[in-house]
Amino acid sequence: MDGDGVNINVIDLAKSTLRETNTILQSVNGSAESAYFRVLNPAGAHAIACGLDSPAIVEIEGHAGYFCAGMNKSARVRVNGNAGQGVAENMMSGEIRVHGDVSQSAGATAHGGLLVIEGNAAARCGISLKGADIVVKGNVGHMSMFMAQAGRLVVLGDAGEALGDSLYEARIYVRGGVASLGADCEEKPMLGEHREELRKLLDRAGCEEISERDFRRYGSGRSLYNFKVENVAEY
Amino acid sequence: MCGIVGLFYKNEGHQESLGRMFSPMLEEMTDRGPDSAGVAVYRNPVVNGIKMTLFCGNPDFDWDELCDCLRNRLEVKVEREPNDTHQLIFTDADAREAVDLVEAEFPDLQVMSVGNIIEIYKETGLPKDVITRFGIDGMSGSHAVGHTRMATESAVTTAGSHPFSTGPDLCLVHNGSLSNHNRLRDRLVRTAGAQFRTENDTEVAAAYITHRLQEGRDLHGALEDCIAGLDGFYTLVAGTADGFAVLRDPIACKPAVLAETPDYVAFGSEYRALATLPGIRDAKVWEPEPAHVYSWGLN
Repeated sequence: MDGDGVNINVIDLAKSTLRETNTILQSVNGSAESAYFRVLNPAGAHAIACGLDSPAIVEIEGHAGYFCAGMNKSARVRVNGNAGQGVAENMMSGEIRVHGDVSQSAGATAHGGLLVIEGNAAARCGISLKGADIVVKGNVGHMSMFMAQAGRLVVLGDAGEALGDSLYEARIYVRGGVASLGADCEEKPMLGEHREELRKLLDRAGCEEISERDFRRYGSGRSLYNFKVENVAEY
Repeated sequence: MCGIVGLFYKNEGHQESLGRMFSPMLEEMTDRGPDSAGVAVYRNPVVNGIKMTLFCGNPDFDWDELCDCLRNRLEVKVEREPNDTHQLIFTDADAREAVDLVEAEFPDLQVMSVGNIIEIYKETGLPKDVITRFGIDGMSGSHAVGHTRMATESAVTTAGSHPFSTGPDLCLVHNGSLSNHNRLRDRLVRTAGAQFRTENDTEVAAAYITHRLQEGRDLHGALEDCIAGLDGFYTLVAGTADGFAVLRDPIACKPAVLAETPDYVAFGSEYRALATLPGIRDAKVWEPEPAHVYSWGLN
């Protein structure tokens, strides 16, 4: 992402309100052009660059607050700092890259696109994930991928407790340690197809030097999918 | 919801700026708690005796009568310094005797804090207005802890506002709610002789920490004991005369951000509360881990 040869629109959040800022960013929604924006002085404001629906490129120069780049469609958003909880929540497509750490519930319910966290993600990363891909270069906190239904999480560092609790058909790749697995999450064999998809994800995230052979795969044990008749007395 | 902020200077070079740095942090958390606000400020330590912060909702209250009562009954020196609805009382009386006498003779008064260095100011209303009426932004000191409240359980009153202080120079602010506070309150009353002034769950947590400190734990250890002793969800920030500590519950329900430079440690419920601090761009900024105590002491 760079702005060479492109008209750069600079928005200073110290001078513009959040609503004005998002209105400008959303003004190119529906366009097929890649407009380029730089947002200065975010100062932890919430909901920066939400609801984008164009192939715009947005660089946020500092730490962002909650729900940054939520509901993103097509746009490429880069946060040159940390982001608060719910970054890229409900993303549909596009790419969101956070240079620093992110708080809890990163990528919650995201349907598509790619979320890359260069630092660590806190608790509940990828909660209820519905199809997006998340690559975390550091560690993820407890209860990550809770009830995730589709999509992939790649963790280059360690995962906290109860990873993948009540997981559906989402896939998890972890290079480091896993503090504990959640209910019905289990380690599964790394087959050729898994190494292949992991390789592509690592390359997309800019991790060309990381070997896909260093990862373990985790997925659903599928034991919670159906009602067990021996439990009928509980009802 | 509720917002918490804290600022702790690690050395003595910047004390003059404490209120000026701290006040925008508290005000930024107005969205999280517009009902009331409170601040514990650690400043101007007294060498001989103690200082108490007292609150009275009645503007016609006769503070001189209170001072005379303390002087005559305890045979001690007493001076007072008004600050809006609060008064600082300086005396060479024994802390326990002074508090017992005030609470017995003046039931309309509330004892906000007692100690050598702590002062606590809290009121209902917007944080900005609370800062202005007490002149928080002009105060110097070593550290300050503040809270903006959005009441969910007990009433919007000055007494129900944070910080809570249950021991000398101790303060506690809390975002969350505890589920074992009734049983713990009973136990602390029975086994530790704790006294409670409100129905608030945070006061119970503060009394629990005080009890652990009385049992010989330091602030770090007392907060470690909270992980087993408190049930519910909480982000806690505690201050003592020379210490500052942070703890989140094991599920980490409530938000927290810490920032550290060579000069200070700052806590905010959200990063935006820290965004105006000097040097924040180069500070180490991180989210505290669940069930992990972070603590600092004065150099």
